[in-house]
Amino acid sequence: MFWDKKIETLKTDDLQALQLKRLKKTIAQAQKVGFFKKRLSDAGITASSIKTLDDIRKIPFTKKQDLREGYPFGFFAVPLKEIVRIHTTSGTTGKPTVVGYTKKDLDVWADLIARNMTMIGVGKEDIFQNMVNYGMFTGGLGFHYGAEKIGMTVIPGSTGNTKRQIEMIRDFGVTTIHCTPSYAMHLSEVAEEMGESLDSLKTGIFGAEPWSESVRHTLEKRLGVTAYDSYGLSELFGPGVAFECREREGLHIWHDSYLVEIIDPNTGERVSDGERGELVVTPLVKEAMPLLRYRTGDVTMLMEDGCLCKRAKKITRITGRCDDMLVIRGINVFPSQIEHVLLKIPEVGNQFMVYIDRINHLDEMTVEVEINRAFFSGELTDLARIQKKVGKELRDALELRTTVRLVEPGSLPRFEGKAKRVIDRREEI
Amino acid sequence: MDTKKYVIRQISIFSENRPGRLAAIAHALGEEKINILAFSIAEANGFGVVRALVDHPEKAHDKLLSMGFNIAFTDVIAVRMKDQPGGLYEVAKILGDSGINIEYSYAYSGKEGAVLILRVDLVEDAIKKIQNSGATLLERSVFH
Ligand SMILES: [Zn+2]
Repeated sequence: MFWDKKIETLKTDDLQALQLKRLKKTIAQAQKVGFFKKRLSDAGITASSIKTLDDIRKIPFTKKQDLREGYPFGFFAVPLKEIVRIHTTSGTTGKPTVVGYTKKDLDVWADLIARNMTMIGVGKEDIFQNMVNYGMFTGGLGFHYGAEKIGMTVIPGSTGNTKRQIEMIRDFGVTTIHCTPSYAMHLSEVAEEMGESLDSLKTGIFGAEPWSESVRHTLEKRLGVTAYDSYGLSELFGPGVAFECREREGLHIWHDSYLVEIIDPNTGERVSDGERGELVVTPLVKEAMPLLRYRTGDVTMLMEDGCLCKRAKKITRITGRCDDMLVIRGINVFPSQIEHVLLKIPEVGNQFMVYIDRINHLDEMTVEVEINRAFFSGELTDLARIQKKVGKELRDALELRTTVRLVEPGSLPRFEGKAKRVIDRREEI
Repeated sequence: MDTKKYVIRQISIFSENRPGRLAAIAHALGEEKINILAFSIAEANGFGVVRALVDHPEKAHDKLLSMGFNIAFTDVIAVRMKDQPGGLYEVAKILGDSGINIEYSYAYSGKEGAVLILRVDLVEDAIKKIQNSGATLLERSVFH
């Protein structure tokens, strides 16, 4: 199913011509922002220096830190009266990043969401419960308008009050849900406690945090949905940037709207298709807040193989953040790897917390996991055996020795927004 | 021989080693007017198991479960200790000679002297051996 078949299946030549045209327009739009005007002139670039798509490499990267320094409206390329909406993304430190939208931006954005939703086969007949934050977070309103655009019946469930959410799913016959994978897990646990089987559900759209294939299997089994991965970033409008099609082998990123590069985060050099690196995006259709070569911090790769659905080149599912990546005793660790290991061990739950300390100049990783009720025999020796098993599985997967702490079921935090499962307590060197 | 009447239901509760957990258990049982007759705590790396003999094990189980505790029943036996040196050795020797493994034990002072609570791998065999040796086993009805 296509929302906009022509643009979604453009031939490579036509796509590149469109991208180049839009890139030039984007650079011209960016010139209206003081920051980019100076950046480009320092680099000696004018709109006419971009003759091919490859010429984009002459343009310096833009980082999240740059955007923060423009707080609040320093990156707007249009007068404030043209801005019809503002969202912000929370930073872990300091000021939030502000993103603005013109009326046209909102239309374009809703259209991208419409493409994604149509691609996975939902539409007018479906009842859609959107269980993400409807405030400053882009996931709420972003999906809301896209879903309305394709004629779904939209329930703005937002977050919190899980029992009520479950009752609405049951009473309204909800077929499609959108939430974070952590919340979906929580939802399934609460539904189980309530004895609700949620039979009307068919499709689950999960995003805003990385999640593994094992989480997919678990969620599909527990909720009875087909689960799709959704990728987006507020700086690039919000959700809707890339999405899994029904093949669910990688995400289609909308190349007519986003120019994609994958770079080595350390050198800034491009890597080849099939090589993992940082996703760098130049949005080609943004009016209020154009960006040039924006470093997303997300780790992925461009896939070499095409797709049965005939849309263009896919990226693999995001395997982590460049900055979430933990370096422990010199070894790169993504929290998603830990999750992957735990999902294979039935004796423990799927929730976890990771603590990193530096003890006697050595990094020490402690993983807290919940003991699964069904596997508690009452014997200390059985618990010790489970603890040892988890430690061994983690060591095999991460090539790192970890301390495993068993905790009581239900005692670890459940996250309704972005999960913060890692607490790094190492002092700066 | 009816060995069943000597099998006592201990409740075993998983507990993290953090302050207040034991108090929470004791408080909850107190609220339900459940008497704790004996208990012990076994600890390993960062977690422990609280073992308790109570007068109403099912009620205790349901209460603690409803509070989110991880809880299981464990079968144990109780031996009255002779009030003289070597009493513990005697019991241990009887079982050891019969190839019965004591997984753990703890003592408490009952109304009529010290009582040893034993968790063994072969409960029925242990009951027979101890009875044959002339030592006294306490019946389940003494507890609940
Ligand atoms: Zn596809």
